[in-house]
Amino acid sequence: MLLYFVFVLGIGFALKRFMKTSKDFFQAGRALPAWICGLAFISANLGAQEVIGMGASGAKYGIATSHFYWIGAIPAMIFVGIFMMPFYYGSKARSVPEFLRLRFDEKTRALNACSFAVMTVFSSGISMYAMARLIQTLHVFDYLFLSAGLPLGWIFHLSIILSAIIVLGYIFLGGLTSAIYNEVLQFFLIIAGFLPLVIIGLRNVGGWSGLKASLPQAYTHSWQGMTHANTNPLGVEVFGLAMGLGFVLSFGYWCTDFLVIQTAMATDSEENARRVPLIAAIPKMFFPFLVILPGLLAIAATTPHPVTVQRTDASGAIVRETTIPTQAEAEGQGLVPAKTNPLSGKIMLDASGKPLLDYDLAIPSMLLHYFPTGILGLGLTALLASFMSGMAGNVTAFNTVWTYDLYQSYIKKGATDAHYLAMGRWATVGGILLSMATAYAATGFNNIMDTLQLVFSFVNAPLFATFLLGMFWKRATGNGAFIGLISGTVAAVLHHGMTLPIEAHPGLHGGWIAVLHHYPSDMAQNFWTAIWAFSTNFLVTIVVSLFGKPKPEAELVGLVHSLTPKPELGHLTWWRRPEALAVVLLVMVVALNLIFR
Amino acid sequence: MNLDLRIPMGLMFTLVGLILTVFGAATSGSAIYARSLGINANLDWGLVLLVFGGTMYILGRRGQRRALAAPRKAAPEGTVRRGH
Repeated sequence: MLLYFVFVLGIGFALKRFMKTSKDFFQAGRALPAWICGLAFISANLGAQEVIGMGASGAKYGIATSHFYWIGAIPAMIFVGIFMMPFYYGSKARSVPEFLRLRFDEKTRALNACSFAVMTVFSSGISMYAMARLIQTLHVFDYLFLSAGLPLGWIFHLSIILSAIIVLGYIFLGGLTSAIYNEVLQFFLIIAGFLPLVIIGLRNVGGWSGLKASLPQAYTHSWQGMTHANTNPLGVEVFGLAMGLGFVLSFGYWCTDFLVIQTAMATDSEENARRVPLIAAIPKMFFPFLVILPGLLAIAATTPHPVTVQRTDASGAIVRETTIPTQAEAEGQGLVPAKTNPLSGKIMLDASGKPLLDYDLAIPSMLLHYFPTGILGLGLTALLASFMSGMAGNVTAFNTVWTYDLYQSYIKKGATDAHYLAMGRWATVGGILLSMATAYAATGFNNIMDTLQLVFSFVNAPLFATFLLGMFWKRATGNGAFIGLISGTVAAVLHHGMTLPIEAHPGLHGGWIAVLHHYPSDMAQNFWTAIWAFSTNFLVTIVVSLFGKPKPEAELVGLVHSLTPKPELGHLTWWRRPEALAVVLLVMVVALNLIFR
Repeated sequence: MNLDLRIPMGLMFTLVGLILTVFGAATSGSAIYARSLGINANLDWGLVLLVFGGTMYILGRRGQRRALAAPRKAAPEGTVRRGH
């Protein structure tokens, strides 16, 4: 683990000498090879929510979680690569909000830049908090702390400070290049740490067929019962899934979030920028096997129960050793322990008196269960790496948007490049300090994480409509985009306030205005909130735009599809073009869906 | 970028692989492998990482040598250049 930290910071130092201009720092000099950016593209997204959350959903819903990949990511990644990247890269915009200013106007950009900056800081704070909590729960440092005579409560502080210093260190020194390089490193580490886990776990339950035999059928079939919300574990019907997750949510994330787009914009040419999301889609397609499968394996494994081993020791005496699992472990299912109340230490029960399962611990308890000393260190490092890559991506996105879109545009215009470079470095420090504050705020208020994620979803849900209209309809105006964005967010808030998933109490889960409709699951509610937000934004933008005067066409060249010349690809043989790769990807994704239908 | 990522990455995985292999060989047959179903996960996976790290390192070095062997013309600001 120490070795990893040394290398991480070492890369930062090695890159420091190349960081001469703000372009080097914020855009990696636009000179990185496509494969590196491609891996960073998915790694930036491979944060805490991804690894822990997908493992948890795997344990909870089964292989249907792979819809988040095969429907909820790959098509959007292909779309951004083929259709949207030429505008991002070709427009010479340095960030996504800057693209909005070029295409629409200043206020749309300010709105997007502000909400985005706030979101990145909070997300990296949430990552930090989740990591510190996890380290505390797993008791990995307990031995170290006890032997040093330090109170165990300090583990939380140490985890936060340590992760902050490391991420700060390498970004401060090497900027986006360093963040991207480290994301790639983390990508391989995550594979190195989780692949043996999947192999051992699969062997334990007797391979794929053994896994299928030990789980209910719906767990190993992703499409079964999808025609109706009540007959599948996600509680979503096909339309909600395809439209909400497959279109609005996934396109909104992969096509507009600067967190991932920034890595594609760091490549050396438009062709390569288009290739980045496509390259990223290949490993992304197989990630379910790495992060969802452990969740399934955890559920399928035998639940720990007291085991007594009898053996004869050297002196001939018979020794009985009994290993008693903790109450939480014994009450759980498979290797997923039951949820305990952090204050009382008691097992939490659901409405029908059954113990609630702490699905978030599915992957961590798999690691602790199957890995012997040695490789366990690698597995835990991989877990930490996933937290840090999520954090780092947020921090670099924050420092770029802050420096270019807020500082340079509204606070100090026309300063020297060296000034902005310094500003970027200090924005990194500021961003990390704010993240730490968020992490500590999360310890004080139990619901702050859920609330924040809810607010993000309101802001993010309508975004894609703005970009879609901006890039493919030349009549769309700045006023239309601005009013559309705001009404989309309002629609999301209203929809959430007026609907409620079954079995939830009005409040954070919705229904805080009035309950007009019940959804079969919170996931269904979530997808439909997104659909409402998107549609509202789409319609309002069109209506408002039709009343306004569009920008002259000359100003929109390179920003709108119909006014931009097709990317010149004549020098590439047909199979090297991004489009060819896209077709291959689509075929593969369909095949995967058919295999696991 | 003048630093080929494959070199530090290869080095790191080679080192990790080496540590795991040595540790795995030293603890071969020990009771700690009961949890991994009797498989010496350290030794096996250490070797895999060793091969992976070594390959990355060699590829990286070769890429860098090739880049040095074919000196590029000085690239003006903003020009496109392939990393390797």
